[in-house]
Amino acid sequence: MSQFPEEKRIVITGIGLAAPNADNLQDYRRNLLAGRSGISEIELRYVGKVPAGICSFQETKYRKKKENKRGTRAGCLGVYVANEALHDAGLIDFSLYPRNRAGVYIGLTEHGTVETENEIYSLSQFEFNTDFWSHHHNPRTVLNNPAGEITMNLGVTGPHYSIGGACAAGNAALIQGAQMLKLGEVDVALAGGISESTGSFGIFASFKAEGALAVHDDPAKACRPFDTERNGIVVSEGACVFVLERLDKALARKARIYGELAGYAMNSDARDFVLPYGPRQTECMQLAIDQAGLKPEDIHIINTHATGTKQGDIEECNAIRSLFTDCPNTYINNTKSIIGHAMGAAGVLELAGNLPAFEDSQVHPTINLDSLDPACTLNNLVVNEPKQLMEVNTILNNSFGMVGINSVVIVKKMTSG
Amino acid sequence: MTIDEIKNVILEIIQDIDDEADLDNLDPTEALRDQLDLDSMDFLDIVMELRKRYQIQIPEADYPHLATLDSCVNYLVPRLKAA
Repeated sequence: MSQFPEEKRIVITGIGLAAPNADNLQDYRRNLLAGRSGISEIELRYVGKVPAGICSFQETKYRKKKENKRGTRAGCLGVYVANEALHDAGLIDFSLYPRNRAGVYIGLTEHGTVETENEIYSLSQFEFNTDFWSHHHNPRTVLNNPAGEITMNLGVTGPHYSIGGACAAGNAALIQGAQMLKLGEVDVALAGGISESTGSFGIFASFKAEGALAVHDDPAKACRPFDTERNGIVVSEGACVFVLERLDKALARKARIYGELAGYAMNSDARDFVLPYGPRQTECMQLAIDQAGLKPEDIHIINTHATGTKQGDIEECNAIRSLFTDCPNTYINNTKSIIGHAMGAAGVLELAGNLPAFEDSQVHPTINLDSLDPACTLNNLVVNEPKQLMEVNTILNNSFGMVGINSVVIVKKMTSG
Repeated sequence: MTIDEIKNVILEIIQDIDDEADLDNLDPTEALRDQLDLDSMDFLDIVMELRKRYQIQIPEADYPHLATLDSCVNYLVPRLKAA
């Protein structure tokens, strides 16, 4: 039984997504359980061929080709998943919640990088004469762009903005949406994350310069968290938006409830630009577990953040081991091994991929784990094949990012309590 | 460039902005904005494309000349004579 009244309890009632291996939750879940990778090889300006996750979805399902051309790739992804989420929730007509009571909160690792790189490349064709700099640059690169494109498409007149939270941004936006609902600022929240990062050579080149860009002859095997042969991150594009409502309203309209956002926490390492820090991750997980009124042994699935970097994976494993000491019913997986690192969308996409476990009681596997790094040993790590459990009632979702940002979200299966 | 060539360039640029635009039934004497799904940013796209292709600068004060297909052509004929 939750300690909060129903109007302060926040539930997920709709999911829209675009991942490198699916454009809807059913296919996504099927592919995750099958360990079907969405990673392929792309060729990018200046950096050449790299493994990456590219989304394939019906780009003109909810807006015209002209509008996609006007906007950004992030906006295109966002409009698709926001519409899908509202349709899924049965709220697309805004009859229950008017458009001025809806809020759009989108987590981004970065924004404007792709557009700026493209503009500079275009300008180079004109000897860097800024008379040829595009009038589209400003509206495409303002940080609220993806969230704003969603509001323009849906006619939503409530608040919209982006949450900059590095690779913790998806979770951070989800938390923001829940907080705005609890405060009564909005009555329905579209909260999630978007990544268009595969369009930026700079992101790949920077990871390479840090020694953190994955390389493998087979792109589908490039992302290999916890494996001794892991050598870095596979960058993916992606998007996922959740429809969030207060529990009382969701129950009143007999909505399908994917789960309750039972606990969440964010904190800061306050020590390094790029290196993660396990002890602070432990604290963050503990804070979220406390807020949910749970104990570590109550968690059934931990979706790890691990990206396939040497130190990042070890830090998170240390953090998990220190907190989940005697938890025989806690199983651990990693979604990035299958879809790559969807940056600002990672937290929410990975959470979405695990939510169907409340129905099918399966834990999707971590793939590409052929030789476990002893430093990454974890009890109940689900490897290469899905694990069938008796029941799954709680999911803890880790999402961490550069400059020391940590986020943890716990979702509980909705029961009558 | 001839009048027809200029007209085709304008239509080609509009088509590039919106490849679903119905250009077959366009009245050349009526405002483009009233007949097509074009807004101020689209007109800036037309201005930019002409700048890129023919290095012509169209000052903001002259933008009203781009209102209809015919007025576009009339405005551009002397400026693209040598193009």
